[in-house]
Amino acid sequence: MTASYLRRVKVAEVERVASRIKRFRLVDVENKPLSEFSGGSHVTVCMRAQDRVIRNPYSLMGCPSDTSSYQISVLKVDNSRGGSQFMHDNVVVGTELEISEPLNLFPPAKLARKHILVAGGIGITPFMSMMSELDALGSDFELHYGVRSAAEGAFCKLLEARYGSRIRLYLQDQDQMVPLERILSNQRLGAHMYVCGPKPMIDWALRTATLAGWPDESIHSEQFNAPPIGKPFVVKLARSRREITVGGHQSILEALEQNGIDAPFLCRGGACGQCETEVSGCDGFIEHNDHYLSEAEKASGRKIMICVSRISGDAVTLDL
Amino acid sequence: MLVSGIKSRPVYPGLSPDPNARRNLIVCDRAGAEAVVELVARAGEDFVKRASVILVADDASSEEAAALQKKLDPVHVEVACSLDAAIAQLREILSGASMGLRLYAAGSEPLIGSVVQAGAENFIDPLSVRTEHRGSLMRRVQCVHCKGMTENVVTNPVKCAHCGLLLLVRDHYSRRLAAFQGVCINAEDPSDSPEPKVEFQ
Repeated sequence: MTASYLRRVKVAEVERVASRIKRFRLVDVENKPLSEFSGGSHVTVCMRAQDRVIRNPYSLMGCPSDTSSYQISVLKVDNSRGGSQFMHDNVVVGTELEISEPLNLFPPAKLARKHILVAGGIGITPFMSMMSELDALGSDFELHYGVRSAAEGAFCKLLEARYGSRIRLYLQDQDQMVPLERILSNQRLGAHMYVCGPKPMIDWALRTATLAGWPDESIHSEQFNAPPIGKPFVVKLARSRREITVGGHQSILEALEQNGIDAPFLCRGGACGQCETEVSGCDGFIEHNDHYLSEAEKASGRKIMICVSRISGDAVTLDL
Repeated sequence: MLVSGIKSRPVYPGLSPDPNARRNLIVCDRAGAEAVVELVARAGEDFVKRASVILVADDASSEEAAALQKKLDPVHVEVACSLDAAIAQLREILSGASMGLRLYAAGSEPLIGSVVQAGAENFIDPLSVRTEHRGSLMRRVQCVHCKGMTENVVTNPVKCAHCGLLLLVRDHYSRRLAAFQGVCINAEDPSDSPEPKVEFQ
């Protein structure tokens, strides 16, 4: 959460694995062993762009027990705030970056009888390490992986070679859809479903599982929201009596960090809840972009997740 | 005498229907049956069609059991003569069941605990079981010394039915064993025997 937790790494390998996706292999700058992690973990990558610092969470894709290097994959997103573009355009073999220690918000359920993994596009990334772990444990799993086209799908051949019939691919350009309703029917007790991908796909999968009578405890999802772009506004800090301007391309958290304020965070994607902050006053409306706060909490206007949410209006006062 | 704030102490939020479940399997005792009657009254027709009840009738006469069956009509009710018989029947059903089955338990804590335990043995997350406590507060207690179970405990302390030690009944609960933990209350001075008081009526 502070600079001391960051590890310096350098890029050892860059590979274009699909038309808009690059895979990066990261090693410690002094070639020290990295931490072991658990399947489904991610790290936050800190990028020092020209005028600002960007921190994005990326899932670790390698084997969890391999401490020689970490692998991440980055989808180039147009009209984004620049993290993925920075990784694609500025990061090459030898580039140094800083990363956080691994954190897992998406672990497989250890007591499950069977694991059904549902991935869409770049949502494949957390499942790469998860499958590695499940395979080593001899656990029963299957992956249903939807991609736009063969050219846009990452790791399809590798996955099929490694896991054979446990991998099912669905090509959107050939009108192949994941037949989720059928997949979820007639599963024995003890099956768990995991979904990662674009928000509409996650919502659809969660709804499908709920309508199939699956309990919430057997349904898992992970999604990192990038902080959306908006208009600048002012954050007033009630306790430290400071006023900070949040730029249109910045999150509140990033603006605080730029001004030397050490606010708590973990995932930076509206998922973990670590950066939950009390709102003491708001001159405008809070645009809640997280999927952590409950609907009631969002409606109360008393809490904000500063990593992804912003306000439409002039100023917000936070209990910081 | 109870140490409060022990996190393993289960909480029972109350029964609510899962409108999407393919099958609703409900286990209750005589007191819990009242909660099931309320659940059925609240739930829709689809829920009723997909629901069945295992009623533990060990403390009910056959007339009382028949009256409860009638109150729960049109839901299918199987009457079990004991909790053990009901749990054996439940295990049999769960061993061949599919996802989409929703488990419910209503009644005493030993009943709820046994249902949650049988569910967990068949891969159902304890939090997925919808539970409501009704009736007696009696507890199943495991003696942490001899590991023997003492059933239907209403006093604190209580004498272990197996090794005879006088046990302080704690809120410390084991989901795996479906029992509260009992710890010897007078280990240092066996002559010091606090009078058992009825705490779990």
